[in-house]
Amino acid sequence: MKQLTYRQMGLSDEEFQQVETILGREPNYLETGMFAVMWSEHCGYKNSRPLLKMFPTEGSQVIQGPGENAGVVNIGDGQALVFKIESHNHPCAIEPYQGAATGVGGIVRDIFTMGARPIALLNSLRFGDLEDARVRQLFRGVVAGIAGYGNCLGIPTVGGEVYFHPSYQDNPLVNAMCVGLVDQDEIALAVANEVGSLLMLVGAKTGRDGIHGATFASEELSESSAERRPAVQVGDPFMEKLLIEACLELIKEDLVAGMQDLGAAGLTSSIAETASKKGLGVMVDVLKVPRREEGMTPYEIMLSESQERMLIVPRPGKEARIAEVFDKWGLDAVVIGKVTADGMFKIYEGEILAGEVPVEALTDGCPVYVRQGEEPPHYKEAQAYDIDSLPRYDLQEALLKLLASPNITSKKWVYRQYDYQVMTNTTVIPGHGDAAVLRIKNTLKGVAFTTDCSSRMVYLDPYRGGMLAVCEAARNLACCGARPLALTNCLNFGNPEKPDIYWQMQNAIQGMADAARALNTPVVSGNVSLYNESRSAQVFPTPVVGMVGVLDDVSKRCEMSFQNEGDIIVLLGRVRTELGGSEYLAVCHQIEAGEVPQPDLHEEVQIIEMLLELCARGLIKSAHDISEGGLAVTLAESAIQGGLGFETDLPAAADQASQILFSEAPSRAVVSLAPENLDAVKEMASRYQLPWTVLGKVGGRRLVISEGNHELIDLDLEQAGHTWGEALACIMK
Amino acid sequence: MKFGIVVFPGSNCDADCYHVMKHVAHQNVEYIWHKQDDIKDFDALILPGGFSYGDYLRTGAIASFSPIMPAVIDFARRGGPIIGICNGFQILLEAGLLPGAMLRNRSLTFICDTVNLRVNRTDTMFTNQYVQDQVLQVPIAHGEGNYYCDNETLKRLQDKQQILFTYCDADGRETAEVNPNGSVSNIAGIINERGNVMGMMPHPERCSEPILGSNDGLDIFLSIIEWRQGVGMR
Repeated sequence: MKQLTYRQMGLSDEEFQQVETILGREPNYLETGMFAVMWSEHCGYKNSRPLLKMFPTEGSQVIQGPGENAGVVNIGDGQALVFKIESHNHPCAIEPYQGAATGVGGIVRDIFTMGARPIALLNSLRFGDLEDARVRQLFRGVVAGIAGYGNCLGIPTVGGEVYFHPSYQDNPLVNAMCVGLVDQDEIALAVANEVGSLLMLVGAKTGRDGIHGATFASEELSESSAERRPAVQVGDPFMEKLLIEACLELIKEDLVAGMQDLGAAGLTSSIAETASKKGLGVMVDVLKVPRREEGMTPYEIMLSESQERMLIVPRPGKEARIAEVFDKWGLDAVVIGKVTADGMFKIYEGEILAGEVPVEALTDGCPVYVRQGEEPPHYKEAQAYDIDSLPRYDLQEALLKLLASPNITSKKWVYRQYDYQVMTNTTVIPGHGDAAVLRIKNTLKGVAFTTDCSSRMVYLDPYRGGMLAVCEAARNLACCGARPLALTNCLNFGNPEKPDIYWQMQNAIQGMADAARALNTPVVSGNVSLYNESRSAQVFPTPVVGMVGVLDDVSKRCEMSFQNEGDIIVLLGRVRTELGGSEYLAVCHQIEAGEVPQPDLHEEVQIIEMLLELCARGLIKSAHDISEGGLAVTLAESAIQGGLGFETDLPAAADQASQILFSEAPSRAVVSLAPENLDAVKEMASRYQLPWTVLGKVGGRRLVISEGNHELIDLDLEQAGHTWGEALACIMK
Repeated sequence: MKFGIVVFPGSNCDADCYHVMKHVAHQNVEYIWHKQDDIKDFDALILPGGFSYGDYLRTGAIASFSPIMPAVIDFARRGGPIIGICNGFQILLEAGLLPGAMLRNRSLTFICDTVNLRVNRTDTMFTNQYVQDQVLQVPIAHGEGNYYCDNETLKRLQDKQQILFTYCDADGRETAEVNPNGSVSNIAGIINERGNVMGMMPHPERCSEPILGSNDGLDIFLSIIEWRQGVGMR
């Protein structure tokens, strides 16, 4: 019976024994539950912690690295960006709308807990094959949930990515990122407590929803997962909006010593983290906690993941003023406990002691597992695939097919449901640039954000794929004219107890770490989501990168669309031919194999620096990086969004047109510029030691790609635009 | 001129309107908290967009009963200019200051986009800076912007020239294809018979600065200022 209980809660036999050793006795039901959630992968990072140490986390721009609710970077003028990305995968597999909505709610709380005003939301989504009606329902529900919550808060959803692959069929990935803006002298950290400090709980009443959500997030999905529906929380964005305004008012008035949101593992986690950082203890009376239902047990109250709740540690003597602010916003704040000196976490139910455990055992005591990775057999096989053996494929048909591929086609059906303009800062709106660009009011500055990960590349080669994700994010920012500053990541993988999955994690993290170091974009926050598997498949390894950058002068921002007839189109970077892992192979040849293109980090740094200088000096009219779909898709997107065609001529390369057009090799971008600036651009390229190729010029109503006298592609702009613009909406009709 | 921006719990375009009035139109502007019941010293009111009270009952329904609303209604009776944007428009409908009601968008989804609007009248306190039939580019962002009224009301709106803005194509034609949400007669914004209360679903405050891609919306606010300078508060 006892075994059944702790195993159901997610503790292993060894872990339960460890708990018994710590306590010197058998834990009761409540205590067992508290250890189970705190020692889950979701809260304790017990499988990933040793790997996360590989990430670079420092830099002169970093104000706060990992360890707080979110990372903080300096953007000058005494201001800072606060940001983090987080997963809500498992809840979305069961209840897509609420799962996605509460995912947004959770990440927003992480940001305003730091004292920052949330100014932007992004997301990174992965679903199965859209041919499947259930997948379409999940997709529709998740997008509606993100919209329903974010729109109501009045925080613009400005960017993101959506990717489809059968490996995500039963296990979608829903990662939400939030960015906040804060004056550096108003950054609030999680704790600054003294013995005797009170703990106030504010926001929604506590119900039975989401009990053991953190544990649920740390196991594989199965047919019985639908029965986990009580582990999915329900969101109330209106309550969250009130909390944002009230909590930011408290910080402006300097009324709080510490603030912590209630996320995974609810009260247990937020209280433990409040106390553990200073080696203090804490006592809490569950009868003081406002409850939604009668008869809730201490176990249910301590583990509930009811949304829209905050834990506040008032500055001494400020309790009355805090109550006034909450009253203005129609919120009830109650004192539920206080900080003690004995290092123990004591839970009372009125007079009765319902449980007590050492605070540090819950947090720092979480076991850590260093596992042994093992290269899976598919790795070498896929690498060895001989691309030259491919049959010929009509290039024009290939381009049309790629433009209609859900992974490449316009995501307007998605972002049209998000309010991306509220707050009146969005200066590069979704679909128009490689990243979102927001102005910062009352300054000349702009900030840019992006989320990226090419999962297929990571699957085929985790190390290179990890590097590529970081490189692409940085290049996307640079294409908009923004200097990359730092990143957050959401590491979505399968079951780490399987050696091949652990191998994927090790290598992908190493790749990301190496690239982040080379590009000077340290990792300042993040989240790990493991056990993303279901009966049918384990997901592609998906380490999503969320990156932020800054523009000194937002008027120098750059978009992807061609601007003027007669402008010169230039490929910056090498002409490359590697097709491994490309969307072209997958869509036109149904092949997911090949050697993943080798990133050259020095070259990546050079192209980023050159793009930044091009934008800053106003020498280019458009910039668009080469990624999914390769050069041909990059050109087509710039044309479609600009409403202008092009005539281009590929560098002569015997019989390699398909490789040149569809290779997704990194460190490249397509820019357009006025003819009179061509010499300056050439001069600059030689200074940055970057190859360049004049491809042709902007103009007309057709997309023309030739090789010498031989026309390879000649597409009508309207037709290409319709194919690219409407494909997703047609599927979702 | 002193503008008041009425803030309900859940308003989220209040700061955007404040920014435009203060830093772009350079006017005196203050927030008015919904629990206040006195708004005597304001010259014009803005009911901003958002999700007042979460829009949990029906968009704008709960806000129309908040403590400030009797004063807003009184302000309207005295002829004071009131502009309701998006959720503000929905509140004006619920409060009976404008006729009609809002349904969910025809697509049943939230829609954020930029649309063309035709200015149908320029002799009002909200549109005197435009030229007749001018086509504006203005963002929309709503889930329930499908304006509905019965035929009788529609006829009265048409007869009294109360339909101020309509969704149109780039050439000003009100076609079914460019109607984003299914509104009756492509209606995007209306005015009351007296001409001092205007509601519109599109967001002029989101297109009042060139850096945001268009400043076509600014003239709505400047029209109010111009009108005030011309005739004064009646």
